Amino acid sequence: MKELLSGNEAIARGAYESGVTVAAAYPGTPSTEILENFSRYPGVYAEWAPNEKVALEVGIGASLAGARTLVAMKHVGVNVAADPLLTFAYTGVNGGFILVSADDPGMHSSQNEQDNRNYARFAKIPLLEPSDSQEAKEMVELALDISEQFDTPVMLRTTTRVAHSQSLVEIGGPGARELRPYQKDPQKYLMVPAFARLRRAALEERLVRLREYAEQSPFNFIEWRDQSLGVITSGISYQYVREALPQASVLKIGMTNPLPEAVIRRFAAGVKRLVVVEELEPFIQEQVSSMGIAVTGKELIPNSGELDTGILARNFSEAGLLKMPVNAEAEGSTRSKAPAAPGRPPVLCSGCPHRGLFYALKKLKLTVAGDIGCYTLSGLPPLEAMDWCVCMGASIGAAHGVSKANPAMSGHTVAVIGDSTFLHSGITGLLNMVYNNGSGTVIILDNRTTAMTGHQQHPGTGSTLMGTAAPAVDLETLVKALGVKRVKVVNPLDLAKTLAVLREETAAGEPSVVISRCPCVLLTKAAKPAVLVEKDKCIGCKVCLRLGCPSISVKDRKALVDPVSCTGCGLCIQVCQEGALVKGGNGDA
Amino acid sequence: MLKPVDILMVGVGGQGTILASKILAQAALETGYDIKVSEIHGMAQRGGSVVTQVRLGEKVFSPLIPPGGADVVLAFEKLEGLRLMSFLKPDGTIIINEQEIPPVPVLVGAAEYPPGIIEYISSAARNVVAVNALAIAEKCGNVKAANVVLLGVMACRLPFAREVWERALADRVPAKVLEANKAAFAAGYEYE
Ligand SMILES: Cc1ncc(C[n+]2csc(CCOP(=O)(O)OP(=O)(O)O)c2C)c(N)n1
Ligand code: SF4
Ligand code: SF4
Repeated sequence: MKELLSGNEAIARGAYESGVTVAAAYPGTPSTEILENFSRYPGVYAEWAPNEKVALEVGIGASLAGARTLVAMKHVGVNVAADPLLTFAYTGVNGGFILVSADDPGMHSSQNEQDNRNYARFAKIPLLEPSDSQEAKEMVELALDISEQFDTPVMLRTTTRVAHSQSLVEIGGPGARELRPYQKDPQKYLMVPAFARLRRAALEERLVRLREYAEQSPFNFIEWRDQSLGVITSGISYQYVREALPQASVLKIGMTNPLPEAVIRRFAAGVKRLVVVEELEPFIQEQVSSMGIAVTGKELIPNSGELDTGILARNFSEAGLLKMPVNAEAEGSTRSKAPAAPGRPPVLCSGCPHRGLFYALKKLKLTVAGDIGCYTLSGLPPLEAMDWCVCMGASIGAAHGVSKANPAMSGHTVAVIGDSTFLHSGITGLLNMVYNNGSGTVIILDNRTTAMTGHQQHPGTGSTLMGTAAPAVDLETLVKALGVKRVKVVNPLDLAKTLAVLREETAAGEPSVVISRCPCVLLTKAAKPAVLVEKDKCIGCKVCLRLGCPSISVKDRKALVDPVSCTGCGLCIQVCQEGALVKGGNGDA
Repeated sequence: MLKPVDILMVGVGGQGTILASKILAQAALETGYDIKVSEIHGMAQRGGSVVTQVRLGEKVFSPLIPPGGADVVLAFEKLEGLRLMSFLKPDGTIIINEQEIPPVPVLVGAAEYPPGIIEYISSAARNVVAVNALAIAEKCGNVKAANVVLLGVMACRLPFAREVWERALADRVPAKVLEANKAAFAAGYEYE
């Protein structure tokens, strides 16, 4: 039976069918749905870890205990997990271990577009790259087999277009689940220098054997067609090549580390012109080139952003490698008269609690060291209340650095960080600020969820990925234990109180934490009645528009509140100086 | 040999494009097509653009429709239709919902919602079907079924049997709103 599955659903299915019993991850687009789907299969265990490093370490334990194990994360998550990964490559596994890295060329929802294939090479571990959902499922099984056969963690690298595209997948039954027995073996698992040196040598021996294996892998295959042009490709790029260059001979590499050198040489010898088509870095191209083979690639296609059929067709025909039928581009002439289409950027939802906090920060003209989550949107107009954002957890360290470098900025700089992000990697930053006698104000945006990636549970929510109840961390107690003496809790939808607390805390001259607590509006089912406009009182001053709420507009000098989308959060009522915006419902509502 | 069909669905988060693409995919599957569906739905917030690409054929490679390659552009919102009409083939069909959802730059007065979108599209594309899907859905008993009205308008132009569509609809829509959705689908199917 065939089903239409996304790459992520197929990976979850593949794990289930290959007998994986333990999976761990921290959410991150485009990887999140892997664990969400896997956790629904019978008889498996899956968890959200507070960050990717912990997820990987949980995976190491599960593998050592003998279970087939899957760990998933977005590309930047591997940066966080890199430390255990690079030494796990030394110890090797017991139960098969697969790390899914979901890369995001084009940065649909990421802060950078690093090419994580480099991590596989760096760690000297096998790397598989699927090009559709069926391959994604098959490669999970293969990865686990390779992992056990060669005693190594294996990386499966997807990209957004594989992870989030759906295609047909042949569905099989659940796999056999057997725990391999654990055997104490310090020389293999206890990475002190003397033993690590032994494993370092084992790592190289393993790579030699993996190179031989790669030559035989059915996922590295040649499709001979016209031999005047040969294309080496991997992952989603294979699909673009097949569509844009249907005549070209193709070497599709499914296992991209280590590369199958003999296969590549055979292919290169059989074609007149050799081109590598890969997204992002010249990962394959540079290695082929260093084999002494004449090859082009990045000379023809960009090394940033996504590829597609159009880019390949254009660039190959410009290079004289493809005769393209002249397209009916004539349509363009009429299109030039097209009315300009204003953008539709994502915005904080109507009723989002983050809005109140950032409106207050803007009012106080503070420098805001930002972090990543829904709230990062408050850096865009009209709120424009965040100065920078680098990576998860960076806000607190950066704010502390600012105040140490420039005391004049210190009373005016705050760090803002979401609850999930604080638990991911903010705690150590706060500990550092306290320890090093900092004086900053840290605002934890406690909306009781990981909203940005689709509302996952985390250690503060009181429940787990498997749906069981769990202890919820008490943020007040936690930050006090780190040594913060000043801890305040505010409701960000109460503007006057929020402003007062922020004024007081930024003036305090010692570390302080403000917990801005109000659940994400998409979690609260029952909205309050929509705000009403008293037309005769409205003077059309547009002060309410500064909130950037998608429910409010001003037409013909009168405010309008959309009764369908307004959640009645009441922020605009507090912002309007004319009393023109009033609570909806009639008292008893 | 099944004729390849490329369909681009565009709209605003919350308009039900995802349900529409699921029904379409199921109908295509039953008809025997190879299918690829690509969806970019970055963030959790409501209100951003949503673009779904559905490609059908004997064998589909890329999940992405090249610009100028869509046989059908199904626009759930006018401005989104305008934004993505460059994907339409010269002889393709654009089906466009007359609903306007102003984006935040328009709401805050930083940009204008372009007037005359339907007029422009009618002058620039050969096959244009403009539909007031909200009004039709309301008549059928559920405004939320506007997505299914639009699906119906598209369905009668695609090479699948009507019963196949109706089965897919019944599979995908919750029982308690099925009647209204069936009526909405029929109204779309028989539109024009
Ligand atoms: C290392 C890393 N892992 C995951 C992500 C994806 N990601 C970005 S923000 C975020 C969490 C947001 O949750 P929270 O801090 O609670 O803010 P909210 O979205 O709820 O406002 C996640 C998972 C990332 N950018 N970097
Ligand atoms: S999903 Fe929640 S946290 Fe994110 S913008 Fe919407 S209301 Fe705010
Ligand atoms: S509702 Fe109040 S704030 Fe908004 S335009 Fe009218 S008077 Fe100004």
